[in-house]
Amino acid sequence: MSKFAKKKDGDVPAVSTASLPDIVFMLLFFFMTVTVMKDSTLKVENTLPNASETKKLEKKDRVIYIYVGKPTSQYEKVFGSEPKIQLNDKFAGPSEVGDYILQERAKKAQELQNVLTTALKVDKNANMGLISDIKQELRKVNALKVNYTTYEGDAFMNLNR
Amino acid sequence: MARRAGAPEVNAGSMADIAFLLLIFFLVTTTIETDAGLDRMLPPIEPPDTDVVIKQKNIFQVNINKNGQLLADEELIDLKNLRAKAMEFLDNGGDGTCSYCKGRKNAESSDNPSKAIISLKNDRETKYGTYITVQNELVGAYNDLRNRESQRLFGRDFTDMEAEYLNPETSSSLKDELKEKVKSIQDLFPQKLSEAETSTSN
Repeated sequence: MSKFAKKKDGDVPAVSTASLPDIVFMLLFFFMTVTVMKDSTLKVENTLPNASETKKLEKKDRVIYIYVGKPTSQYEKVFGSEPKIQLNDKFAGPSEVGDYILQERAKKAQELQNVLTTALKVDKNANMGLISDIKQELRKVNALKVNYTTYEGDAFMNLNR
Repeated sequence: MARRAGAPEVNAGSMADIAFLLLIFFLVTTTIETDAGLDRMLPPIEPPDTDVVIKQKNIFQVNINKNGQLLADEELIDLKNLRAKAMEFLDNGGDGTCSYCKGRKNAESSDNPSKAIISLKNDRETKYGTYITVQNELVGAYNDLRNRESQRLFGRDFTDMEAEYLNPETSSSLKDELKEKVKSIQDLFPQKLSEAETSTSN
């Protein structure tokens, strides 16, 4: 009868979803800005070891990546289960590392060619023998600045696998 | 009755759906990059022209065998004690020329931090994880000592200063100032970490 009686039918008012797009867009922009598209698909297992005394690797354009690890289950049949080196998108032996570095170096701008860093992304279960071979190759082509890429964390966690 | 005033409103109800679709796509493709690690310099391949004679006591030998056991200065030690042992060696100041060293001045150990060399040797079968742990501890030993001196001289941590110096967002005037400080601390404890070729024997 009165105009106040109408609201009293026990209904909870619907939550307005008008701002939902705004919230979602906010999230969307966040992820769009932090996204880095992977330039090469990993064909090796790559659980990096932990270290606490790390330094940040600034400036992505000055970094050449080398991946080392056991081939993933998909490639295990063809390439075996011994740790392998992955350069760009293919498996390679230690002797190809030098050529790869020279090739990548030639692709970079002239002024950057002397300040390149080689980032070694090595699975923590790989053997040092392979790493030593890579290091030897790197020395041959005078790519002396290396960065052993690791996760941030307690270094002693590497010991128990 | 048809509305005449203005164009009809576009229904924005599906906007959220479209945004969600994009959001999920970026969520899936995102990898927050893990670009941090231990920076090391490899030795150049050509041997130095002059043979430098280094006293045995100025070398701290670290050997890792294929089982991940550690031999430091001919003593089997636990990895957890490596940092303390390396610091003791670097900070020793045996010949008394080092004014800032707080070590025990043991005549059998290193003369001066600038002469002290840590030599790392590993087996081909050593696990990479173990190797990184050892590297981490040795770099940590240097960092701890440098932090100590940096706290004494400038009242802040060396690692903190160095990170700010390397950060590209730091202004250049601040960078110049930091460069001096970083350099002076680095000179107090120069990082001399040599890596021998790996051994194949066990």
